[in-house]
Amino acid sequence: MINPLRSLNLPGAGIVKGLWVTLWNMLASYFTRERMTTEQYPEERPVLPEASRTFPFLVFDGSDPEAGMRCVACRICEKECPPQCIAIEPDRDANGKAVKRPRVFDIDISVCMSCQICVEVCPFDSIRMDRIYELSGSGNRFTTLVLHKEQLLKSNQYYHSIHPAEAAETDARLEAERLKKEAAAAAKAAKAAVAQSEEKPA
Amino acid sequence: MNTAELFKQFLTGLSAETLPVALKKLLIDAVAAVFASAGLPLPEWALAVLSAFITIVTIMMLFLGLFALTSVLERKILARMQNRLGPNRVGPWGLFQFVADGIKMLTKEDIVPREADHVVHFLAPVVMVVPALLGCAILPYGRGMAPVDLQSGVLFFFAMSAGTEIALFMAGWSSNNKYSVLGAMRAIAQMISYEGPLVVSAVAVAMISGSLSPVAIAEAQGGWTLGVLPHWYALTPWGFAGCVLFYMGALAESKRSPFDLPEGESELVAGHLTEYSGFKYATFFMAEYVGLFVINGLLVTLFLGGWQAPCEFLQFIPSWCWFMAKLVLVAYSMIWVRATVPRFRIDHMMQFAWKFMLPMSFASMLSAAFWHYAGRGFPAWTLSAVLVVAPYFTLGNMFGGPADARRRNYRYSE
Repeated sequence: MINPLRSLNLPGAGIVKGLWVTLWNMLASYFTRERMTTEQYPEERPVLPEASRTFPFLVFDGSDPEAGMRCVACRICEKECPPQCIAIEPDRDANGKAVKRPRVFDIDISVCMSCQICVEVCPFDSIRMDRIYELSGSGNRFTTLVLHKEQLLKSNQYYHSIHPAEAAETDARLEAERLKKEAAAAAKAAKAAVAQSEEKPA
Repeated sequence: MNTAELFKQFLTGLSAETLPVALKKLLIDAVAAVFASAGLPLPEWALAVLSAFITIVTIMMLFLGLFALTSVLERKILARMQNRLGPNRVGPWGLFQFVADGIKMLTKEDIVPREADHVVHFLAPVVMVVPALLGCAILPYGRGMAPVDLQSGVLFFFAMSAGTEIALFMAGWSSNNKYSVLGAMRAIAQMISYEGPLVVSAVAVAMISGSLSPVAIAEAQGGWTLGVLPHWYALTPWGFAGCVLFYMGALAESKRSPFDLPEGESELVAGHLTEYSGFKYATFFMAEYVGLFVINGLLVTLFLGGWQAPCEFLQFIPSWCWFMAKLVLVAYSMIWVRATVPRFRIDHMMQFAWKFMLPMSFASMLSAAFWHYAGRGFPAWTLSAVLVVAPYFTLGNMFGGPADARRRNYRYSE
């Protein structure tokens, strides 16, 4: 059935309704902080979610970056990197033999696509994703956008501060592996000692 | 007369009501005294020129100041209505944003297209500003504070504002750009269409007050019922309709949202402003804002009692404050409308002008005539109200109502 009151409408009533909405929005914006979604960027920083990531960095243990470096220059990440933004050169000893330590470790962040494949393939838990984001620089990309080993090396504490859960999991796993290795070494040593003692009387 | 004496004269009988007039007199007297003491007494005509000069400079500064402030506050208010913050970097709360805008505008390159008509292209912004500023001349800013008390002030105002259309077309044509011409054509079609209802609703006021002089019209709206209900025309049935029609007409004349069709980015870039940059663009921008304030000044004078206080006991606030307060309130309500209403489609806009606003303004004129000849008593008010409300419902429901809006038939995509 047609409602006669419905067909008799007030022309322009919708505009008045709309005017009320905008007025209410304006007044409420002064009292409800949650309405204002704008982030005043340089002063206000966003609270990043834990899984947020930008570019890779290298983790080191302890306080000395060179001594505590986990990276062994195995070059797996370099080979796996889809856009090939990683460049590694192993260090060499006095005889010119490659040692398990990179001399050069460069990441071109203008090429990196933050895919995290390097993190997934690293067998030494050395490379991890950072979450720094103010990386623009002047000059060409080889002066500011290629990060060298010195810039890439960051402490385990820093890793804990940006990705606590992930870092704790890594630490626990590394600790378990270390204990296992120690236990195995101890067992081996004990076995060797037993073998030696058995040998003696003979 | 020395300075001390002049100052004493200025202070005696000084009240807030006459402050602007007294200040002007002090300034003229001081200049005259300086010249007289130097042995060069100024003739009468020189003083008259000086007086006019002071008035013109004051009014221009007033409107330019309002323009500067509004260009910032408009963005702030608009932002707040959309739950944003708006400009907040330059100065406290971003209030000095207009300085940054001004510097940016003035230092931009002034580009003139090679194929443009250079003379007309240059003249268009100038011709645009002149009518807007001339319109300021006839407004009564306070009791006895109209710069020029013309007997046909309202007529003068509409004659002047029609000059804007010429400037628009000058801008559009001289740019030698299809978007500019299209935009200018649209702007002119819009302005001519809306000038009809605008003028007719003003005619009703002229009929009732028996004068075309804004000063007389403002004075005719004096007096209060019971000391609190002002006798403004906007508070009568015909005047209310006239006021709303005039308001919508003013929106269209100043090309503000929802009537901002001359500048549709998607279809005609920036309309007649497409080929303008730098200082010329800023001049157009300024002319638009000054035009907005001036036409709102006329609206306040015609319908909202001009400089009259809304209640009898509020008369201690000087009349020029009331005028400015009403002017700013009406002008800022247009920002509110801008934040609320989406823009028209061009055919809807023309329909609205010719099929709704023009008949409505005639109805309000008729209603005003009946109101007057029925003796302005209770029966007159009833009759007048019926004569406004009946056409409003009829015209409003005749076309473009929700019956049309609700039902939409898609021929091929059901």
